[in-house]
Amino acid sequence: MTADKARIARQFIETIPHARALSMQITDIADGAATITMPYDARLVGDPKTGVIHGGAVSALMDTCSGAAVMSHPSAPAGTATIDLRIDYMRAATPGQPITARAECYHITRSVAFVRASAWDDDADRPVAAATGAFTVEGG
Amino acid sequence: MPRPRPEPVQVVKQRRDAALHALAGGVPYIQFLNIRFDRRGDELTALLPFDEMLIGNPMLPAIHGGVTAAFLEVTALISLSWAWLWEDIESGALSPDALEAGDLPRLPKTIDFTVDYLRSGLPRDAYARAKVTRSGRRYASVHAEAWQDNRSRPFAQGTAHFLMPAPEA
Repeated sequence: MTADKARIARQFIETIPHARALSMQITDIADGAATITMPYDARLVGDPKTGVIHGGAVSALMDTCSGAAVMSHPSAPAGTATIDLRIDYMRAATPGQPITARAECYHITRSVAFVRASAWDDDADRPVAAATGAFTVEGG
Repeated sequence: MPRPRPEPVQVVKQRRDAALHALAGGVPYIQFLNIRFDRRGDELTALLPFDEMLIGNPMLPAIHGGVTAAFLEVTALISLSWAWLWEDIESGALSPDALEAGDLPRLPKTIDFTVDYLRSGLPRDAYARAKVTRSGRRYASVHAEAWQDNRSRPFAQGTAHFLMPAPEA
C-alpha cells in the first residue's frame, strides 16, 4: 500500500508541468519524506553578474518537494495544497551545481500536514535554504 | 525668478522606463516566467501572463505554489530596488545608459520569505503589487499581494525581509 502510494505520488509529481519545466527529478520518496533534485539551468539565473539561481526557483523546488512528502505519508492523503510556506535563504547556491531538496512531513492531522525542508548544492553540509510549511490534507 | 521649466514628458518617461527595463529585463528567471512590470509614475504592478508550464496541479488546474511564491518574491524585490534607486534615477546619478549596459548597483538580498496561499491560482493572468513597509539602512520589510480577477480578492500574499547592500565606498 505504502509502496503503491509512493508510486502514485511519483507519477503525480512527474505530471506537474512546472516541475517538468524545471527538470525536477524525484530521487527518493517514502513514508512522508521526499528528495527532489533540480539541475542547474541558465534560464533560472537571478543575478546575471554571478550566475546564481533565483530564490524563486528554489521556492518552487521546496514547495514541490514538500507537497510530495505530504502525498507519500502513510496516512495517504488524496491530495494536498500549500497553506503557507516560509523560506530562509542562508546562502547563494554555487553556480553550475544542481540543487537538491529534502522535505519531511513530521506531523499530520485529518486536515493539516506540517512539513520542514532544506536544500543544498554539492556542499551538503552547508544548506542553501530551509523551509517550513503547512499543507492541506484532502480526504481520501 | 521663475522656477526652472519641467523636463519634457518623453524625457522623464524614457529615463524611468529605461531604468525599470534594466532592473527587471536583464534577469533570466524573470524572463523565464515572463513577468513584466507596468509603471504609473513610481507605482509598479507586476504581470504574470498565464502559461501551461506554470501549472502545478493539472487536476484542478491551478498555478504552481512555487510559481506564486516566485512571482511575489520577484515583485517584492523589484519594487524594493525600484523605490531604493528612485532618487538616483531621478537625479541622474544613475544614468539610464549605464543601467542598460548592465552596470547595475548591487541589489538587496532576500533573507526570508513567507507566503500565504489564500485561494488556488486559476489558469489565467495574475497581477501583484508590493509595499515597502520598512526600508532601513541594513534591513527592509516588504509586503506583496497577488490577485487575478478581483483586486479585493487576492489569491496569495507574502512578506519578505531583505538585506540592503552596504554603501559603496
